[in-house]
Amino acid sequence: MADPMAQDKGRQPRRRLTDAALAALVAFLLGIPFIGLTTVEVGGRLAVQTRWSWLLAAAGLVFLGRLAVRWLFERQQAARGRTNRPRAMNRLGTSNGSKLAGAFVIGVAVVLPFAFHDNRYVVDTATTVLIYVMLGWGLNVVVGLAGLLDLGYVAFYAVGAYTYALLATQFGLSFWWCLPIAGLFAAAFGVLLGYPTLRLRGDYLAIVTLGFGEIIRLVLLNWTDLTHGPDGIASIPRPTLFGLSFAPPGDVATVAGALGIDFAPWHRMVFLYLVILGLALLTNLLVLRLRRLPIGRAWEAMREDEIACRALGINVTNVKLSAFALGATLGGIAGVFFAARQGFISPESFTFTESAIILAIVVLGGSGSQFGVVLAACVLVLLPELGRNFSEYRMLLFGAAMVAIMVWRPGGLLSMRRATVNSVREERAVALREAGVPS
Amino acid sequence: MSPSTPALLEVSHLTMRFGGVTAIDDLSMSVQAREITSIIGPNGAGKTTLFNCLTGFYRPTSGTITMQHPQHGALRLECLPSHELAREAQILRTFQNIRLFPKMTVLENLVVAQHNTLQHASMFSLAGLLGLARYRNAEEGAVQTALALLRRFDLMAQADSPAGGLAYGVQRRVEIARAMAARPRIVCLDEPAAGLNPSESAALNDLLLSLISEEGVAVLLVEHDMAVVMKVSQRVVVLNYGRKIAEGTPLEVQNDPHVIAAYLGEPDEPDEADQKEKSTGVSEEAAA
Repeated sequence: MADPMAQDKGRQPRRRLTDAALAALVAFLLGIPFIGLTTVEVGGRLAVQTRWSWLLAAAGLVFLGRLAVRWLFERQQAARGRTNRPRAMNRLGTSNGSKLAGAFVIGVAVVLPFAFHDNRYVVDTATTVLIYVMLGWGLNVVVGLAGLLDLGYVAFYAVGAYTYALLATQFGLSFWWCLPIAGLFAAAFGVLLGYPTLRLRGDYLAIVTLGFGEIIRLVLLNWTDLTHGPDGIASIPRPTLFGLSFAPPGDVATVAGALGIDFAPWHRMVFLYLVILGLALLTNLLVLRLRRLPIGRAWEAMREDEIACRALGINVTNVKLSAFALGATLGGIAGVFFAARQGFISPESFTFTESAIILAIVVLGGSGSQFGVVLAACVLVLLPELGRNFSEYRMLLFGAAMVAIMVWRPGGLLSMRRATVNSVREERAVALREAGVPS
Repeated sequence: MSPSTPALLEVSHLTMRFGGVTAIDDLSMSVQAREITSIIGPNGAGKTTLFNCLTGFYRPTSGTITMQHPQHGALRLECLPSHELAREAQILRTFQNIRLFPKMTVLENLVVAQHNTLQHASMFSLAGLLGLARYRNAEEGAVQTALALLRRFDLMAQADSPAGGLAYGVQRRVEIARAMAARPRIVCLDEPAAGLNPSESAALNDLLLSLISEEGVAVLLVEHDMAVVMKVSQRVVVLNYGRKIAEGTPLEVQNDPHVIAAYLGEPDEPDEADQKEKSTGVSEEAAA
């Protein structure tokens, strides 16, 4: 038993070296066109120059980096093997702690726009974070709870945004009417995607959803009669508050006029922020409650084992479609808000990159964890913003941060699952009842 | 075998082919209420395939499976999909390779098993979302049912632990408890004693006997552990290459020359080898 292990250990350094050398070789080959060759202007004409020293340096860096990553991984694995902890946690304590943390975060979120109302950049960025939080919570139903890997989530976001843009510009429907309409419409698209993919799981499902997302984008791009194609839809009306608009004093009824205060541009920004905050909190409440209902448990059970679900009499088709539909509804509602906030949408806003970012938020946050999504959305939106000083290197920073999170916390930032029912409370009830019955 | 009252479950002329392979060949058998019927046979005899046909995971190539259901009358099971079969006919099963919901707690596993009742009470989540008493009572009831089962299966200590982290033998018990939580009329247990130590499998024997006597369910058992099969079954069906080669009480089956041949091969020099290699269950049964 010990002999092969020792042998294994002896072989490890060499295996690490060959692995790193292989990575360096791949980097070298890939780097030939990217780094090794460059074009320079020589007397008004382009000429190709070689930069072999750069290329070698890059390959060397990859070699060292690969070694370091391997070493980190192995150390982590060894550490995990050593501490085989049966984490006995105080359930009540954590639930209280997370409640406090949640209340604190909500408090900060409510106060933030008023504290920074003169700083357009902060409120704008915070609004963007909240849109991603809402999208993350929506996708969390599909990916985190139901375990269906959806790479085309942006399609529902697009459906919601275009539904509002078209209904508002063509038929003059208000923002508040469009929220449920677009939600239902997006849900229909969710079911449309769900039906053909009922039998698919994992990577196969991912490919189909990826294709679905692209189909929606291409339709939006090419159906010029309806969507104006790449030109997009402009002058989408902003949300109103009980019919009052946030506009400079003019011929329409305005909020400032009704309240008898001076118009200020920040009113609308803060209002938009509060709208998305409200929508996001509603989403959170809905998802948290659904998770504790039979349907939520069925989602999780389906993620864990679909065949066992069928054996227990659970109609997996309905469970799957309901997850797709709810996820799509939430994405669609976020899309309505996005269109109303931007005032202009085009297919450019709904590329695969968006899907990838939303999925990254869910995965980095810890699949199934509501609070993790908030943290991850902050990280993923704020990091590129904070990295603006690094100009074009900021995406490099972004990527490195994502790799780092996955190395140190493979389950996501917050990956602890809380049970939906506990025996403790029920037991106490039984004990009380039994004590109440005189024997 | 009594023709007066129809059996709870009647399988007749069941055939299941996969391409050129005939996994079950013209099998007829019956299952009586409040009895343990065991299906034994060498590896690859078609036992698990039979389970998959009975629980709707496979659609048989030909033949019928009829259940005499107290509420629904005669149910034809061979055309029902698995989830409807579990819901309507109340035939529940466990799996040879345990299929729990590993990240969910044991209690949650048992509550999920009552999904259909709860989903009905939650009125498509509406009553649940609004927190109506109608739903809260139903959920409380489901939790109480689950807790009662956990007490009975000696699993209270693990109620709030994730099912995936439990010991193998405990997981087997959880899976049976989960099947029971769905209020079955027939439970199909696929090798429940696999990987259990002798004391655990003795405890399993008692558990199975109490299930039929107290809960009134019929148990269908696929098992290799003859100590379990011979002690608890009222009836044993022996399969080999998809065909039924023997059926009867444990004692009858043990002495059936076809069965001995299937398990040990045709003897060159008769008797010597057979007597030695018969399972321990045989001698104990004979002694009793």
